[in-house]
Amino acid sequence: MNKLDIFKNGFINENPILVQQVGMCATLAITTSLVNGIGMGVAVTAVLTGSNIVISALRKFIPDEVRIPAFVIIIAAFTTIIDLVMHAYTFELYQALGVFIPLIVVNCIILARAEAFASKNGVLDSTIDGLGMGAGYLLAMILLSSIREILGNGTILGFRILPEAYEPMMMSVQPPGAFILLGLLIGLVNCLSKKKKAKKA
Amino acid sequence: MNLFSLFITSFIVNNIIFSQFLGTCPFLGVSKKIDTAAGMGIAVIFVITLSSIITYIVQKAILVRFGLEYLQTIVFILIIAALVQFVEMFLKKSSPGLYRALGIYLPLITTNCAVLGVAINNFKIGYEFIESIVYAVGTSAGFMLAIVLFAGVRDKVDNADLPESLKGSAISLITAGLMSVAFLGFSGLQL
Repeated sequence: MNKLDIFKNGFINENPILVQQVGMCATLAITTSLVNGIGMGVAVTAVLTGSNIVISALRKFIPDEVRIPAFVIIIAAFTTIIDLVMHAYTFELYQALGVFIPLIVVNCIILARAEAFASKNGVLDSTIDGLGMGAGYLLAMILLSSIREILGNGTILGFRILPEAYEPMMMSVQPPGAFILLGLLIGLVNCLSKKKKAKKA
Repeated sequence: MNLFSLFITSFIVNNIIFSQFLGTCPFLGVSKKIDTAAGMGIAVIFVITLSSIITYIVQKAILVRFGLEYLQTIVFILIIAALVQFVEMFLKKSSPGLYRALGIYLPLITTNCAVLGVAINNFKIGYEFIESIVYAVGTSAGFMLAIVLFAGVRDKVDNADLPESLKGSAISLITAGLMSVAFLGFSGLQL
């Protein structure tokens, strides 16, 4: 598989949220505004890429029987690094994301890539895979959080884009909105991918 | 806050699935049948309660004492992983039926963010020992309530006549959203 295909695979074909549908907790919880969505997406990308690099570099030294605990420790180490960095430099975002930063460690997508890709492929390929999957995650976060912020506040990144007369749809930034909008988004993606397949056939 | 209202708050008002979004993966994954959902719920109650007790002791007795709070995430995830292994061995011996039913989902409790989330929240909110146990029991009972209710609804939804693209997880999420609207009604509850 060439390098571009690996990236595209994570970014679109196997998009972690919209296609594989893993790691939903943070996606549903913190996408109330675009800033939070981008922050979370970047944090996950950093942890995913870092752990993919280290795991693929160590893949020949980790015994098969204890690989899962070993992967979890590596991922937890990167999560702790991100946690401390965000605490130090982006305190507001750190407070907005709250418990979901340490919870990156249990985000299924990271362990899934470690097990399915990084433990079988070289360092360069695994780095690209991490970046691709991370970009796919970020894309889904941006889509969902912009929809929720526009509908719920009429703003994007804090700037007002809908007229004052727009009555904000409060439900969109509340929990039910997260579930319903993500459901509709996944439905839309299913519909588009079916059309694309039909065109090819 | 007294313990009873803490229990009700964590059980229904701040339901772990419908308002805190922790543990959504098993909620969507293991809710195809009511009895597996109930089994998963019981396993989660057991693991969350035990893990909050153990993590509480470890945090106070070791991490805070030696100034190692920054290791919290790593230490907690290890404790939870070991605990899940223990529950798995226990179930294999004592109730093979339930063990077979839960199958591959049991190891998945390790990556159930509800478990780690509750353990970390205990310290973020700053509960005392007894309070954190009540919070853990209430929250995990809320998880069971949500997943069992959802499995019941899903039984009907799966047989409904839906547009092709919405089948599967899309309609599950929308269903969960509508249930979440119902739970939002509890937020006015004064205790």
